[in-house]
Amino acid sequence: MSTTTHDTLATAHDDHHHGAPKGLMRWLLTTNHKDIGSLYLWFSFIMFLTGGAMAMVIRAELFQPGLQLVEPNFFNQMTTVHGLIMVFGAVMPAFTGLANWLIPMMIGAPDMALPRMNNWSFWILPFAFAMLLGSLFMEGGGPNFGWTFYAPLSTTYSPDSTALFVFSIHIMGISSIMGAINVIVTIVNLRAPGMTWMKLPLFVWTWLITAFLLIAVMPVLAGAVTMVLTDKFFGTSFFDAAGGGDPVMFQHIFWFFGHPEVYIMILPSFGIISAIVPTFSRKKLFGYSSMVYATASIAILSFLVWAHHMFTTGMPVFAELFFMYCTMLIAIPTGVKVFNWVATMWRGSMTFETPMLFAVAFIILFTIGGFSGLMLAITPADFQYHDTYFVVAHFHYVLVTGAIFSIMAAAYYWLPKWTGHMYNETLGKWHFWCSVISVNVLFFPMHFLGLAGMPRRIPDYAVQFADVNQIVSIGGFAFGLSQLIFLVVVLKCIKGGKPAGDNPWEAAEGLEWSIASPAPYHSFTTPPEIK
Amino acid sequence: MTQPTKSNRKLLIILIAGSIGMFGFGFALVPLYDVLCDTLGINGKTQNSASSYEAVVVDKNRTVTIEFVTQVQSGMPWEFSPKVNQISVHPGELTHAQFLVKNLSTRDTVGQAIPSVSPGQGAAYFNKTECFCFNQQPLAAAATAELPLIFYVDPDLPASINTLTLSYTLYDITDRQTIVIEQGASK
Repeated sequence: MSTTTHDTLATAHDDHHHGAPKGLMRWLLTTNHKDIGSLYLWFSFIMFLTGGAMAMVIRAELFQPGLQLVEPNFFNQMTTVHGLIMVFGAVMPAFTGLANWLIPMMIGAPDMALPRMNNWSFWILPFAFAMLLGSLFMEGGGPNFGWTFYAPLSTTYSPDSTALFVFSIHIMGISSIMGAINVIVTIVNLRAPGMTWMKLPLFVWTWLITAFLLIAVMPVLAGAVTMVLTDKFFGTSFFDAAGGGDPVMFQHIFWFFGHPEVYIMILPSFGIISAIVPTFSRKKLFGYSSMVYATASIAILSFLVWAHHMFTTGMPVFAELFFMYCTMLIAIPTGVKVFNWVATMWRGSMTFETPMLFAVAFIILFTIGGFSGLMLAITPADFQYHDTYFVVAHFHYVLVTGAIFSIMAAAYYWLPKWTGHMYNETLGKWHFWCSVISVNVLFFPMHFLGLAGMPRRIPDYAVQFADVNQIVSIGGFAFGLSQLIFLVVVLKCIKGGKPAGDNPWEAAEGLEWSIASPAPYHSFTTPPEIK
Repeated sequence: MTQPTKSNRKLLIILIAGSIGMFGFGFALVPLYDVLCDTLGINGKTQNSASSYEAVVVDKNRTVTIEFVTQVQSGMPWEFSPKVNQISVHPGELTHAQFLVKNLSTRDTVGQAIPSVSPGQGAAYFNKTECFCFNQQPLAAAATAELPLIFYVDPDLPASINTLTLSYTLYDITDRQTIVIEQGASK
């Protein structure tokens, strides 16, 4: 770690090192932030399709009541692994990929601060997911206890493959922590001269705060899975009442990780939207500093609300009220953000290219997810909503139309910088409109299913839910297929297309638009000047 | 480039130490949880040792309903039930209750009953002077036993609580306690 490729580059003047090396070894050994960013993004997309295929199995089974296609145990494995893959394999690596690509270019750094660690943090991920997916083919099946792996489902009643699940979570955690450390060191140490804290692009700010959240909670998750491992295989009793443990304690430890985790999956989105909305409104972002403070307060509050996932465990009324009010308090900084984006658009000269369409859809649909979150936060109401499809609807609105839509928006927005070509705007619009219509057909009716009492994580249901489930499933298949358009757009954009200038968007601001498109393999080897 | 590398290392060490610290914190949550639940008396756990019954004033003006609920760990071949499901007591009154167990299997088994009181805030006021749950219960194949519980409700029980539900879940701990079963079998 003492020298990076860049100082050898600066002294050796070896032309060979200026471009990317060729072949497979380029990708295995790369320490270049752009290569690693691409690896993360492709990995995340493959995981997105894998987890999506599992969602298709779930929706196909739920197309009509009764058991048609899969065994209940396999259905449970699908819901579990779908959740794990989407959280740890799709959303988080996509954000890390974007961080790798963009943070050095946004702060005027030549690369990430710890390039070798960067290589490691990516290349251990495929092994983690190979283990997790491989466990599905073992005798007794893969993890079937829900992505939240509540004890005793994951201890007393879990399949033997639980050990593989635990180790894969360990590896994913180590990968995320290394990624987070890298982001922090890069932002703290490698900012170009003159790039003061309050000049940082919001994507950099939100990622810095996300990285601290990752370092604070991923080790707690590692601790929780370790306790599950020793409870199941080595006779400890952390969560086993027979030995003096307490299964409710599992939920406390898990959600102490779990709630900050949901902000890990949304804070970088806020940064992305804060970059895109001003560009296509041709105005400066409204309320920059309030955005920074709002992000920080969301991060701090995220540690004080975990038990709102556990209102029905028999908590004292005082605790229920405390967690209810703290949860509702989060609506304030989040509202600050939404109002700032709307104020940015107000009287702007707006155009609606694909990134902006996704950003606007994000603002509207994420807000819907936020409102259903407020409904869930109301303790007495939560007793009705708990463990129903209302919860499923809520977190898919914030994760799919929130996190995933922002990732799509980011991909469209920065694709010209990454590839040097404009993507096909017509296909991009097709992708957007197919996605935004189907995603609402998919998730909106789930609210009604939940209010009517349909429980989540079951392969069969009462006949009165049949019609709505059919609509939901059709929306699901349509949304899944729509994502193939995205794949086509990206592949076409890599192969060719209208050349993108250094700054293909009229009003985009930021250092990344000051360098050539496609971004050269090594950028900002000498720090830029910041006005 | 040497200057930033040096401070990179310092920051790296701080951040790695932070991660390891948070891993430790995850485990520290376990005793912390027990201490918090204990001091606040919030998760329905009753004390694990006999309390003494001395100078307790019986409050004849108040009646509290005590309900008994029993569960057996799934797959454990025992029958377990309270002799009476519900009794009314005055706070401070020493009361006896009996539970019946039967080993339905052809194997000597050791059971351990775990109590829990609902509402959780009432647990601190439910005092047991004698309880089978303080010990493990070895039971030979096809044997039956009557398990005693002697308790009183603390007269300081908050006025808002009129019913206390005492739940026992019986766990099979034979495999954890091989030594105990050998002793039990030799008797």
